Amino acid sequence: MAEKLFSRPQSLKDVAFHYCPGCHHGIIHRLVAEVIDELDVRDKTIGVAPVGCSVLAYEYFNCDMFEAAHGRAPAVATGIKRSQPDTVVFTYQGDGDLAAIGCAEIVHAAARGEKITTIFVNNAIYGMTGGQMAPTSLIEQVTNTSPYGRNADSAGMPIRMSEMLATLDGASFIARVAVNNPANMAKAKAAIKKAFEIQINGHGFSMVEILSTCPTNWGMSPLEAAAWLEQKMIPYYPLGQFKAPEGVAK
Amino acid sequence: MPKPVFNEERCKGCELCTAVCPKKIVVIANRFNSKGYKPATCSDDAKCIGCALCAKACPDVVIEIHK
Repeated sequence: MAEKLFSRPQSLKDVAFHYCPGCHHGIIHRLVAEVIDELDVRDKTIGVAPVGCSVLAYEYFNCDMFEAAHGRAPAVATGIKRSQPDTVVFTYQGDGDLAAIGCAEIVHAAARGEKITTIFVNNAIYGMTGGQMAPTSLIEQVTNTSPYGRNADSAGMPIRMSEMLATLDGASFIARVAVNNPANMAKAKAAIKKAFEIQINGHGFSMVEILSTCPTNWGMSPLEAAAWLEQKMIPYYPLGQFKAPEGVAK
Repeated sequence: MPKPVFNEERCKGCELCTAVCPKKIVVIANRFNSKGYKPATCSDDAKCIGCALCAKACPDVVIEIHK
């Protein structure tokens, strides 16, 4: 067989994703799988899938997976990690799952300093249910439930989950990244790796928020969506590391 | 020589790979796969430098880079 410079990571099953064309979930799945491979922890990794577009993540990751009720992935992950402390436990959640119905679960998992890693995919909209406004939708963003654009007077301002969770003492590592271009993808992978390492090293809660596109529900082509993310999302959701244990490089 | 290999049946024609290729050799083919998408392909294998940016940008893990 030809030697390969780049191929599918072992931690990602060789099946087709159900995601829409250009959806960033596939890139993020691959980055998480590459990190699991590189840390050589596939045999002891347990992922918790959410409700939302990525509800079928358990079909894609080639490690033990668990499916949680909507928003409850951090609570389920808490139970797994406490009963099996030698495992590496991650949740994979969207913004509807994590920032809306699951807001209490993520806040308290972080506050308790649960030794789990959360991959938080923020695409500023509800994808699976057909493009409704999420807590993370931007001001003036048109969605099916904000047809004139999100209005701060009635819907409030979008929630910056990373900044909010970084105020909690139990949170060890919080970073926001994006996968809209190759440089940001490299930073995203580095952040995911740090988050897993921090869990493995016995620190507390770690989360990586990943800005993502939803071309279908944003009503754009995948390339237009990537540009919209750069122009609209990143100014409101600045990229960077908001919290890290001492000794962990920026 | 590095060579990009496309699993065309998995491609959804999103074009994200075409935007990142520094050599501009990743293009959308003028044919359909069985899903009805026009798949990405390489217009000139000889120009590939094996940077794998196309593969990294692909949300469907369509592309492998062979040595």
